[in-house]
Amino acid sequence: MLKQTLRTVLVLSAASLGIAGTANAETLRLLTWGGYAPENVVEMFEKETGHTVEVTLSNNEEMIAKLRATGGRGFDLAQPSQDRIAGPQQEFGIYKPIDLSKIDASQFISSMLEATKGNTTVDGEVYGVPHVWGTSGLVVDTSMAGSVKDYTDLCGGDVAGKVTYRLKRPTLIGFAFAMGLDPFAAYGDEAAYKAIIDQVEAKLVECKSNVKTYWSGGDELMNLMRSGETVASMAWDTGGWKLNADNSNITFVAPASGALGWIDTFVLPAKSRAEGAAYDWINFVMRPEIAAMITDAAGNFTASKGADEHVSAALKARYQASFPPADVDNIKWYPPVPAGLEALEGAALDRVKAAN
Amino acid sequence: MRAGAKLGLILLLMPLLLWLGLLIIVPHIDMFLVSIRERIGVGRYQISPANYLTFFTEPLYLVTFMRTALMSILTTAITLVIGFPVAFYIAKVAKGRLQSSLFLLCLVPFWVSELVRTFGWMILLRETGIFSSFLQWLGLVDGPVEMLYNDVAMIVGLVYTSMLFMVVPLVTTMESLDDSVIEAGYDLGGSNLSILREIVIPHAMPGIASGSIVVFMLSLGNYLTPTMLGGKDSLWFTELIYSQFIVRFNWELGAAFGFMLLILSSIIVWAMLKVTGQTLEKTMT
Repeated sequence: MLKQTLRTVLVLSAASLGIAGTANAETLRLLTWGGYAPENVVEMFEKETGHTVEVTLSNNEEMIAKLRATGGRGFDLAQPSQDRIAGPQQEFGIYKPIDLSKIDASQFISSMLEATKGNTTVDGEVYGVPHVWGTSGLVVDTSMAGSVKDYTDLCGGDVAGKVTYRLKRPTLIGFAFAMGLDPFAAYGDEAAYKAIIDQVEAKLVECKSNVKTYWSGGDELMNLMRSGETVASMAWDTGGWKLNADNSNITFVAPASGALGWIDTFVLPAKSRAEGAAYDWINFVMRPEIAAMITDAAGNFTASKGADEHVSAALKARYQASFPPADVDNIKWYPPVPAGLEALEGAALDRVKAAN
Repeated sequence: MRAGAKLGLILLLMPLLLWLGLLIIVPHIDMFLVSIRERIGVGRYQISPANYLTFFTEPLYLVTFMRTALMSILTTAITLVIGFPVAFYIAKVAKGRLQSSLFLLCLVPFWVSELVRTFGWMILLRETGIFSSFLQWLGLVDGPVEMLYNDVAMIVGLVYTSMLFMVVPLVTTMESLDDSVIEAGYDLGGSNLSILREIVIPHAMPGIASGSIVVFMLSLGNYLTPTMLGGKDSLWFTELIYSQFIVRFNWELGAAFGFMLLILSSIIVWAMLKVTGQTLEKTMT
């Protein structure tokens, strides 16, 4: 008798919760990276909250360009990297501050949360909280190109014509570190930064004959490495681990001068509508077991506290093989990019592409 | 009655006027305004010709434009040379079902998107691709050959992409050529070559001109094919515009590049029409 009453109460309260859920159900338009909103997670979220989720896949530059074109309209939650928030916010005003009281801070790894808050603060307001983090470095076929230990080794004669990397800012930064320069220290000083970029540009032009092609999409890189047409590349850690699953010779190598660390965040576009759904999504995906599902889909680890325990053993093993503890300490985290430096880098990259 | 007819005309023209106004003229005015701004600080701009000066003072940009224009002209020429006999065969030699099925064959590649067609070329040409394997199987080469990521691959892709736009106007103009004119040419003792030169080409000239203009503009404005097939040296002008807008957040310079592309390509087309003694009106009819 008691049992039945209890069940009725449960059913009734669940039903009322469901009604309450649909009453303020919103459509969350999420602008994110591939793998950050896997279908099973979206389904669970929709079932639990009643919100619907529309996912648009993009990358850093396109996210900012899209939001800039509309003045921050059209999306309710976006996920640019933490170094690309303060600059564009000052320049274009495309984000709105995050109400930290609506976010369950206890679900975050606190050091990462504090660092991201610090890097995304403009005029005393916080604009971003961390979600997924990872590194970029070298993806190498160790049976063919064992000599490649750092970015500059990509220019070595033994891998001539078998190298691929992107013509984007991580390449400039990586080469600068490998050449013993510190571009991050020069971020505040445009002239000093220009001097560094000039040296890197000269190096990349010299290195160009070694390059098979400059890759531009993840699939292109996968094809090049998997087919053996290239044996060494600059890429993200997850790319290396994915290839490692197919061919154990290929793996991610943290470069001697340090892998470059990035953190992708949650930001609210300036004219977002479904703010409630956005905060619900953040709190939902930061739950350890959900965060682990995202790690399994995207390959990268999250800023969610305790999610590591739920991650598959194979992924953990690859992570530990690529990152001995000393290499983790050596990761160079991107500081916020000051507005205006991109134009400088862009001109250098264009000249490299045009050089013969 | 007069007033009613006038209103009717205005209403009929409305979709066209709205289209032209809202989707072409207004965005171009906005783009022009963006192109004459210069960033002088965080979020602050002033009016200046700096972006246009950058185009002319940084040799890289002019060189890239010249390269793009020359490659597009080359593409147009190759497309014409390949497309002309094809069009002649379809219009004059083939009859009935053969004619329509040949025409259909030209159309078939366009049933899939340009991206898929370009991927097709990548599968064929890459080092571990079909051509390379086939040559090795024949024993003509010892190791894998890389045929992708160079200018030849890029031109092949561009010619393939624009073939239809050359063949269609050529077929249309050549179909209007009366067969008896060609017969009369032979009766008067003309050789194949002289009939081609004196009768067929002059008659097809408007088709050649309009086909060439379309192919040239399509190649110049193509983004996908050069980027995917061209490889590391293939800087194409549209790629520069894309990267200014999307990658560098430099809309001002990107907009200036866009206008330079519009102006310079118009000049090239105009000059070509002048050189060949054609006018735009004749081409359009």
